[in-house]
Amino acid sequence: MSELLLILGPLGAAIGAACWPDERTRPWFLPVTGLVHALIAFGLLLWPPATPFHAWLGYDPLARAVLPAVSLLFLACAAYGVPYLRLRAERPNRLFVASFLAGLGLLSAAHMARHLGVLWIAAEAVTLACVPLLHFNNTPRAFEATWKYLLVGGTGIALSLLGSFCLGYASLHGGGAGDLTFTALMAQGPGLSRPWVLIAWVLLVVGYGTKMGLAPMHTWKPDAYGEAPGIVGAMLAGGVTTVAFTAVLRVRAVVQAAGAGVVADRTLLAMGLFSMLLAALFLLSTRDFKRMLAYSSVEHMGILSLGAALGGPGLWAAFFHVWNNSLTKGALFLTAGNLRRAAGGRTLDEVRGLSLLTPRSAMLFVAGLLAVTACPPFGPFFSELLILKRALAAGPPWVAGAFLGCLLLAFLGLTRLVFAVVDGRPPKAARPMDPRFRETVAILLPPLGLLLLALGIGLATPEVLREAWTAALRQLAPTP
Amino acid sequence: MNQGLNLLVGLAMGLNLVALGTGRLPSLIRLAAWQGVVLGLMPLVIEAEWRVMTFVVATATVVMKGLVIPALLRRAMRTANIDRDLDPLIGYLPSLLLGAAGMIGAVAVAQRMPLLPEHHESLLVAGALASVFSGLLLLLGRAKAISQVCGYLILENGIYLFGLLLIHSTPLLVEGGILLDLTVAVFVIGIIVDRIQRAFDTLDTRKLTVLRE
Amino acid sequence: MTTVLEGVVRLGVWLLVAPLLPGLICKVKAWMAGRRGPPVLQLYYDLAKLWRKGVVVSTLASPGFVAGPAVAWVAVLGAALLLPLGPLDAMLSFPGDVLLLIYLLALARFATAWAALETGSAFEGMGAAREVSFAVLAEAAVITAILTLSWKSRSLSLPTMLEPSAGPGTVLLAVGLFTVLLAENCRVPFDDPNTHLELTMIHEVMVLDHSGPLLAAVLHGAAMKLLLFAALLVQAVLPLGELTAPAAAAALIAGVLLVTVAVGLVESWLARCAFRRVPLLLTTAFLLCVFALLTAWNGGAT
Repeated sequence: MSELLLILGPLGAAIGAACWPDERTRPWFLPVTGLVHALIAFGLLLWPPATPFHAWLGYDPLARAVLPAVSLLFLACAAYGVPYLRLRAERPNRLFVASFLAGLGLLSAAHMARHLGVLWIAAEAVTLACVPLLHFNNTPRAFEATWKYLLVGGTGIALSLLGSFCLGYASLHGGGAGDLTFTALMAQGPGLSRPWVLIAWVLLVVGYGTKMGLAPMHTWKPDAYGEAPGIVGAMLAGGVTTVAFTAVLRVRAVVQAAGAGVVADRTLLAMGLFSMLLAALFLLSTRDFKRMLAYSSVEHMGILSLGAALGGPGLWAAFFHVWNNSLTKGALFLTAGNLRRAAGGRTLDEVRGLSLLTPRSAMLFVAGLLAVTACPPFGPFFSELLILKRALAAGPPWVAGAFLGCLLLAFLGLTRLVFAVVDGRPPKAARPMDPRFRETVAILLPPLGLLLLALGIGLATPEVLREAWTAALRQLAPTP
Repeated sequence: MNQGLNLLVGLAMGLNLVALGTGRLPSLIRLAAWQGVVLGLMPLVIEAEWRVMTFVVATATVVMKGLVIPALLRRAMRTANIDRDLDPLIGYLPSLLLGAAGMIGAVAVAQRMPLLPEHHESLLVAGALASVFSGLLLLLGRAKAISQVCGYLILENGIYLFGLLLIHSTPLLVEGGILLDLTVAVFVIGIIVDRIQRAFDTLDTRKLTVLRE
Repeated sequence: MTTVLEGVVRLGVWLLVAPLLPGLICKVKAWMAGRRGPPVLQLYYDLAKLWRKGVVVSTLASPGFVAGPAVAWVAVLGAALLLPLGPLDAMLSFPGDVLLLIYLLALARFATAWAALETGSAFEGMGAAREVSFAVLAEAAVITAILTLSWKSRSLSLPTMLEPSAGPGTVLLAVGLFTVLLAENCRVPFDDPNTHLELTMIHEVMVLDHSGPLLAAVLHGAAMKLLLFAALLVQAVLPLGELTAPAAAAALIAGVLLVTVAVGLVESWLARCAFRRVPLLLTTAFLLCVFALLTAWNGGAT
């Protein structure tokens, strides 16, 4: 029953925060809930509960393999949130805190959903819970970004609902009793009606792919990530995308059981490489370091999708990469928030010489850059290396070549922008620094912690995590 | 039962086309509302014996899709005080023709797909595909934010039509959750529309071009 | 001998009954507006008056100006004779007569437009341009409707085509054909027969320069065209062939009256729609007929 606490706890805290009268103390709901959530999530990682076969919600191996990463990310964001919201005292934070907490509960629900309908409901609810977070800044640009997010995301999520119905009909047509849990669908396997499964796969990949931000459905991402506060961007890039990825994986397992695994893998491979290529090209040209992070996120979604497409050890590496992505993206978004606040701008034209303005944050940003571009010894290096190995072993040789080429382009684009922003002298006409802004320990510690974790997970991957990823792999591709 | 249902689905498909051809925002909202009411009546026609839950779902659909959401949109329209012409990006005539082509295509596709015997004579799949297509067309082809929301509503109506195929197998809990989610979605969209109006002083989404590479 | 006699009677009926319809429409509109309105037979008086008057012909106009209305009138009358009337078969019927019907109507339109252009006035040229461009769309709808009927009955001859009802697509076909009827006869919401404002007219503007007997021919031809379309619509929709002769005749007459009243009601309720919406409305009619065709086709397949 403790796994339900992962959902109900944050939701209850959200209600509590919504009713809490004091603006100054309300943000403390965030780290407290985050800590409890992380404790439960890791407790369940160490002592996995048994999941009944037909349960609609459960801490099954797949949830166990990725949810703790999201929980860690949330904890860091929540710790950062307290000083952040103190800096933004001019904005009422009731809706923000409540939505943020509700978002965590719904994210957990979506990770743990083992029923097609429940998964959709939770994913859609996450989308909606993010809306007040996105326009927290209350600027016209923020509303524009929110509108694009809602329109593109709403259409995508609507298509995934249609896809879910199609998958349900595939089961019904194949003589199923209408049990839409993933386990039942996988058990029905080849009994599913093939044309309906294929249609469902296309719609679901487009739908959840929009949520993940796979190209060409990524168009909302740069706007939303660029305009949202740093902690929201971190949760979107590390949490929401992860949910969408697990949703795609759950559906893919059903499609594979229905005997269309080759088609599914081919789609994922094509979309993954296309996302990587597109993101790399945009990274070479963008001048805004928050939008840069969005394109980098698109690139990493491409890597995840590629890993899933390669299957077996590739998928295992993709789980590894989910952790790396959450940790490094979190660190980058949080420091980017610091830099943005210190420099008063986000583009190359306004911002230079950050190493002089905010030396510690700038250092963290560079370290995060090295991590996200997979420089050893950070975690992403190892996960991407595993994916490359798998690509060389299983895929056609051009896949590995394209993968490396895109990584190289992305590396060039990212380093170009980051060093341009960090190096040099601050422009003369720069706006004066926000007087309230100081590089306190409170805002440096969360990204630092995330980076250290990314380092640690790469150097010495804990045995329990390896075992959890293997178990998730077994759940998704049961060997008869 | 199938005759009555097909009549309703046909009606909903007809409303799609009228919505594509209409040039006025109030009539577009009214059309989306009528489609919602037609959809709400369908569960009553499908079910052989009436259960309380069927009745609840039908009432909820009619109230939400037929009354609450249109009222919200109308309010947004009034407060925004916008020009009531729709400003098509895709002209009315091309969108009407595209919609009709899509409708014919939907019927053709629905006939190719393998269906359960009890759904062979039914127009549900065709109606669902046609509505989804019309909704997408409105989303892409109209510039005003509220008309895009209407397109989204029609898209959702199409999905609802498809969901009716599964009405016997999905638990009503799930159906209810889906309905709730969609309603909240439109609510949230309505609020954002309001904010956009205040921030940009327009609801023309072509003006939302601050953010780009 | 009897065929000749029947032909004469039928010709008389077409010529005499047709002007009744516009009078009826005016009466319905007057009732709806709470007025007494002109007498039902007003058009007869008008025609008689016009017949007695002289003709003014522009010095620019060629003989085509006179020939146009005459050709149009004869063409419509010829088309009318091809149409069966309930229990009575058509005067002339052969496989493919439906094509002749369509071509005769097109010829009538061509002749009217030609006569309008003969006046050399830019104003009437504009009217002709509008009439012809809308006719293209309306004709597409008519042809689709005819195709539907012909597919349904597997024949190209009007009497056999019009006998059975149009099947499941009947409602679609009825609405589509009714819209075409409104467009072809220049009624609201496509054109306002009462207005003489240059920007809103389509048909009226073409005949502005006609006078005397020529105008009488135009007006009478228009009335016959209305009757023709009403009769076509009723027979396409109702299964008259399955009724006994008296019942069929009664149904036909009642149907035509109903259509007339409906036109009057539409004119009372609707405003003339904006000019750029007309193609949209006609396309809708066309689509309705297309869907009727598809329904017929699909119904035939299964």
